[in-house]
Amino acid sequence: MRRILDFGNDVSFVSYAAVGGYEEGRGPLGKNFDFIDKSSLFGKKTWEGAEAEMARCALTFAMKKGSLSSDDLDALFAGDLENQCVASSSGLFTFGIPYIGLYSACSTATEALLLLSSLISSGQIECGACVTGSHNSAAERQFRTPVEYGGQRSPTAQWTATAAGAFCLGHGGNIIVKEGMIGKIVDGLTMDASNMGAAMARAAADTIYTYFSHSSLTPGDFDLIVTGDLGKYGSDILCELLDKDTPGASEKHIDCGTLLYDPKFQDCHAGASGCGCSASVLASHFLPLFEKGSLKRILFMSTGALMSPMSVLQGENILGICPLIRIERKNINDN
Amino acid sequence: MERNIDYKSLINQHAPPSSVVKNSIKAFICGGIISLIGELLASLYSTFLEKKDAYLSVSLTLIVLASVLTAIGVFDKIARFAGGGTIVPVTGFSNSVTSAAIDTRSEGFILGIGKGIFSVAGPVILFSVLAGTLYGFIYYLFSLFGGMI
Repeated sequence: MRRILDFGNDVSFVSYAAVGGYEEGRGPLGKNFDFIDKSSLFGKKTWEGAEAEMARCALTFAMKKGSLSSDDLDALFAGDLENQCVASSSGLFTFGIPYIGLYSACSTATEALLLLSSLISSGQIECGACVTGSHNSAAERQFRTPVEYGGQRSPTAQWTATAAGAFCLGHGGNIIVKEGMIGKIVDGLTMDASNMGAAMARAAADTIYTYFSHSSLTPGDFDLIVTGDLGKYGSDILCELLDKDTPGASEKHIDCGTLLYDPKFQDCHAGASGCGCSASVLASHFLPLFEKGSLKRILFMSTGALMSPMSVLQGENILGICPLIRIERKNINDN
Repeated sequence: MERNIDYKSLINQHAPPSSVVKNSIKAFICGGIISLIGELLASLYSTFLEKKDAYLSVSLTLIVLASVLTAIGVFDKIARFAGGGTIVPVTGFSNSVTSAAIDTRSEGFILGIGKGIFSVAGPVILFSVLAGTLYGFIYYLFSLFGGMI
């Protein structure tokens, strides 16, 4: 049965960092990123090399901000969008931290945080890290057309973020991961790979509905209900679904994919997507808002489209998944 | 099941269609500009080449131009505006080959570029050869009975 996992009151964010490329740098959250490389190449010769370097860079910043060394970290969960998650393994092997590679498409950030939180809350490990990232050019060439190919994109298409987010989790911090819920694979009922938001919106609605039917809290108890990368049109669909099943949830909803770029001057169509989208927006936007005191409790979800270019050509529907974590300030009920 | 059908119509409600009229006008103008450049080049080349060679040189010039624009990262920006206007002429073919070659360069010359260069243009080449063959066969049949008609 699908249930809410309780991580107690002491699994917290020790530190976090976000790195990004050119478009992310000139977007609305650009100034909050720890590092922006305008060439989007991160000093490497290939886009795949750049994706690996971004993962390395993000973890290095996060460890530095938390004054942590490799020896302090007992486990590392990481994933990206490349085949066999090769960007994560090649970017992170030099740290020598016990490693688990994950693939859950764009939902990997929340999946990694959920797994790490459960290991820490069970007492198996003290402190660990998650890193997830994606690179626009590497993803274009793997999933769509060559990077320099000149074609027009559908208005519903999204722009894979060139970004990575890293999080170190342990004990003693003020922002805690209180609960989690594992994602369930939901049929997106569409084969349109240029409308992934629609394919994932059902999974997000299912997770939110299931969470609130098990939880004693209501949408009103949350400052925000955050999804990963549904984009503009996927968010519209989600809100319509939520209004049917989960009253009050759509007013709290916000999507990371609509925050990373400014559609006024950035040609991003329906918004951002990719593993790096939700991870970098959490690290550059939501967690700093917690630190400032503007946020007290949010539901954070990343949405993933489980497909490959081959499965789409073979006429399979795109499947969606949406794991969830509940992030809140420690001792939220004290004040 | 009924819910599934509902969801498909929900997706369609929230998916704005591409603006066909606007895109067609843009494609018409941009495709026209490329054709105009082609005609101007043809007139220029005709001054020192025979007509057949002049038109062949026009195609070659446009292919090289599109390839260079792709290499310096400009073509995709023009194409995003022009759409069919740049894809349909020979410039689109040139772009699809060059962009695939650039992408696969990191995997080596033989197994990288060699294998990947026609990843986008491959179907175009295959089916244009097939169509050409079919057309040739029909033309041949007509020429056989040409005397009788």
